Amino acid sequence: MPTTAQPPAANDYGSVVHDLSREVMTAWMTQLQDAARSGAPSAYMMVSGNCVEILRCFDILPVFPEINALQLAIRKKALPYILKAEEIGYASDNCAYVKADIGYTLLEGVGENGLTPRPSLIVCNFVGCNVYIKWFEHCAEMLGVPLVMIDVPFVRQGEAVSTGDLHYVMAQLRGLIAACEELTGRKFDIDRLREIVGYSARAEAGWSRAKDLCKTRPAPFDCYFDSINMMGPINALRGTKEAADFFDAAVAHYEMMAARGLGATDEEQFRVVFEGPPPYPYYRNFRNLFAAWKAVCVQSTYSTVGGTWEFGFRHDPDRPLESIAEQMLLHNLCNRTMQERYRQIRRYVEEWQADALVIHSVKSCRLFSAGQGDMREYFTKELGVPTLMVESDLEDPRYYAEAQMKNRIDAFFESLQYKRLRGSAAEARSVSPEGVSDAVRRGR
Amino acid sequence: MNFSPGPAITSAEEIIRECRALVELLPSQALARARESRPGLRGFGVFPVYAPQEIIHAAGLMPVGLFGAGAKLETTRADSRFQSFICSIARSTLELFLSGDLGRESGFEGAVFSSICDVARNLCSVAGRNAPGVYVEYLHLPQNAATPAAREYTRREFARFRDNLAGRVGRPIDDEAIRRSIALYNRVRELICELYTQRQERPGSIRTADLFAAVLAGTCMMPEDFVPMAEALLASVREHAPVPRDTVNVVLEGAFCEAPPLDLIDAIESAGCQIVEDDLAIGWRIFRKDVPVEGDPVAALADAYLAGSAYTSVRHDSTRPRTRGLLERVEASRADAVILASAKFCEPALFDYVLFRRALDERGVPHLKIEFEEKMWTFERLRNEIETFTESLLFD
Repeated sequence: MPTTAQPPAANDYGSVVHDLSREVMTAWMTQLQDAARSGAPSAYMMVSGNCVEILRCFDILPVFPEINALQLAIRKKALPYILKAEEIGYASDNCAYVKADIGYTLLEGVGENGLTPRPSLIVCNFVGCNVYIKWFEHCAEMLGVPLVMIDVPFVRQGEAVSTGDLHYVMAQLRGLIAACEELTGRKFDIDRLREIVGYSARAEAGWSRAKDLCKTRPAPFDCYFDSINMMGPINALRGTKEAADFFDAAVAHYEMMAARGLGATDEEQFRVVFEGPPPYPYYRNFRNLFAAWKAVCVQSTYSTVGGTWEFGFRHDPDRPLESIAEQMLLHNLCNRTMQERYRQIRRYVEEWQADALVIHSVKSCRLFSAGQGDMREYFTKELGVPTLMVESDLEDPRYYAEAQMKNRIDAFFESLQYKRLRGSAAEARSVSPEGVSDAVRRGR
Repeated sequence: MNFSPGPAITSAEEIIRECRALVELLPSQALARARESRPGLRGFGVFPVYAPQEIIHAAGLMPVGLFGAGAKLETTRADSRFQSFICSIARSTLELFLSGDLGRESGFEGAVFSSICDVARNLCSVAGRNAPGVYVEYLHLPQNAATPAAREYTRREFARFRDNLAGRVGRPIDDEAIRRSIALYNRVRELICELYTQRQERPGSIRTADLFAAVLAGTCMMPEDFVPMAEALLASVREHAPVPRDTVNVVLEGAFCEAPPLDLIDAIESAGCQIVEDDLAIGWRIFRKDVPVEGDPVAALADAYLAGSAYTSVRHDSTRPRTRGLLERVEASRADAVILASAKFCEPALFDYVLFRRALDERGVPHLKIEFEEKMWTFERLRNEIETFTESLLFD
C-alpha cells in the first residue's frame, strides 16, 4: 500500500473553497498593507477566543501576529526571523511563533516600510495561552504601543460560567470599549455591535454546518488540512458580511459534494481525528503522508482554537457583550482543560465515526502539547482508540524530520490496515471497556 | 525531628542540617514527620508559584510546597505523559501523583495549582485524571491589576477555593481561623525577611544555600513549628560574625518555580559571587507587608496579592512592570550584577530573559544567563562559567 499509493496532484485539495478563502483573506491583507502606510487605526489581537467584534465596531483593523507567524512558516520564510529573535536572547525552547513574529518586527516587517501596520493598540486577549501575555508584552515594549489586557479566567468549573467570571470579563471589555473610544474619538454604538455580532453568528452557523457535513462518508473536505481555509475567515474576519457570505458559499459547495458522494480524497479509507497544530513549514509534505493512505481528517481540535461552534454556541445580537464574554470564557479550545479536550476528542471520534486519533505534538505550543502522552494513554488504553503520536513543530522547520515522520505514519496505517484485513473489529469489540460507544468500537 | 520550642536546637549549623535533611524528603515523608507530633494531620500540596496557604492552614491542613522532587524520586511513568521538552518539575510532580506520594493514603487531601504557565495548567488536569480521589484545585490568579474589577474577582476566586476546600474537609473554614493563620504566616514572612536582611547587610552571616534550605523547610512543616525554628536560626545568625569576602554581589533571578539544587546555589557562591537578593520560593514570602488581620480575611489576602506582593515572571501587572521590579531589586540590594537562572524549558523565565537583558543592558548592569534542572548533579562547567564572569567584573 504505502509503496504504491501516490498523493493527489497539487491542485486537487478542495480548490473551490480554498480560492474563496484566499479571496477574502487577500482583501484583508491588502487592508493591512494600506494601513501600514496610511496609519489607519489598527490593533493587535490573538486568535483564540477573541473579541474582534469590538474592534470592528470602531472600524479598528484587527492584526493577528499568530496569522503573520503562520504565513511566514507556510511560505517557508520563518527561519531567518526565528534566528534574528534568537540573536537578541530568545531561547531555542521559546515558542517559535513568537520568535518568527518578533524577528519579523525587528527586521522592519511592521510599520510603514513593512506589510503589517504598527498597531495603535495592543489588545491581549489572554484566553488560556500564557505565552500570549509574554508575546504582547514584548510587542508593546518593542513597538512602544499601549497594551490593553483582557484577563479571561480559565475554565475550572465544568460547563458553567460563573457570574463572577462573566462580570470580570465584561468589565474588562467595557474598558476596551473605552480605550477604543479614546483612540478613534467615536462613541460606542451598541446597535452597530449587534449587527456585527449577527454576522458572527451567521458565519458560526456556516462553520458548524460545514463541520457537520464531515460526518458523511466520504467527508467532503479534510477537517484538518482544509479547515485552514475556514479558520482565517472565522477568526480574523468574523463579524463581517464578507465572512458570513464566505461560509454560505463554502457550505453550499460542501453540501453539493456530500450530496454527490464526493470526498476530500477518492476512496476514503481511513477517518481520523487530529489533535494539535500542523507543521506549517512542511504543510503539504505532511498532508501527503496521510493522503497516500487515503486517510481523511473528519474533525480536529486545532480548528477550534477560536471557537467550538460545532457544539452549538453562537454570538447573540440580543446579548452582544455577554455573548462575546461567554465565547472568550467557555466556547473555545484554548481556555479549557486537558480533560475537557479529551471529552471533545471522544465526541469527535464517536459522532464523526473516526477510526483513529493522530496527535501532532509541537514543541512550540505547550498549551497543546504538555500532557499529550497522557492523552495517548487515555485513548489507547482506556477507550481502545488507535492513536498515533508524532512530533515536530508548527513554525520552526528545524524540528521536522520527513523520513522519520513517514516511517511512523506508514507503520501506523499499515497496522490499522492489517487489523482490518484479519477482521480484528470483532476482537476489538470483545476487549473494549464498557461505556465506549459503538462508534468508537467501529473505529478500530 | 521536632522544631517545637526546646533547648535541643540552638546553633545555626544544627538547624540548617535539620532543614537540609527535611528538604531531602518526599512530600509524604515530610508529612509523616509532621504527624509524629500531630497525629492525623493531613497535607495539601501547593504547586508554585503562589496560593493562599493561610486558607489551607485554616482548614486544619499542612500546606506542603511542591518544588519538584529533585534526585529524590526516579521518574518512570511520568516521562511517558510529558514530553522531553517539558520542564522537569512537571514530570516529577506528576510522578508524585502517579506513585501515590501525594495520594489520600499518604495523608494528602489534595493539591492546588495556579495559572502560572501552560504546562502547569495542563499538569493540573493530567494529575487530577491520574489521581482519582485526590482533590485537585486550579486557581486562576488575576493577570490584570489595572481593572477595578480585579479586586472583586480575586476575592471571589479565593472564596471559591475556601468553599471548595471546606466542602472537601467537611467543615467550614471560618474567618477567625483564617485570621489566625494570616497572623502566623505574617510572622513566618517577617522572620524570612529578617534572615534575608541579615544575608544582605552582613555578608557571610548565612550562606544562600542554607537560607534557601530554611525557607524550603518552612514549606514542608507546620508554620507553628517553623516560627520557633526560624527565631532560633535568626538569633544564631545575628550572633555570627560576618565573613567579608572579595566577591561580586549578585541578584539571582528566574528560579521562582522549580527549585534549583542547593549545590548549584553553593556553586554560585563558591565561584566568587555573593547572592544578596533572589526570587527563590518567592510565592511563600510574596507579601512585602503584613496582611491585615482585621476585617474580611479573604479580601485581605486578595488585596495583598493584587497590590502588596512582589513581582514575578508569571504575572502581568501593567502598573508594576517586571523589568522595573528587577532594576529596583538590583538597586535596593546594591548588587553589582544579575544572574538570570532559569529552569530548563521554563518559558516564563526564558521569555523574561529577553526584556530583562534589554533593561539591564540599558542600565549598564552586567548579567549572566544560566539554566538549571532539578536533577542536575555536576556543577563544574557552571562554576567555571560563573568564575569567568566574576573575574571579568572583579579584575575589569
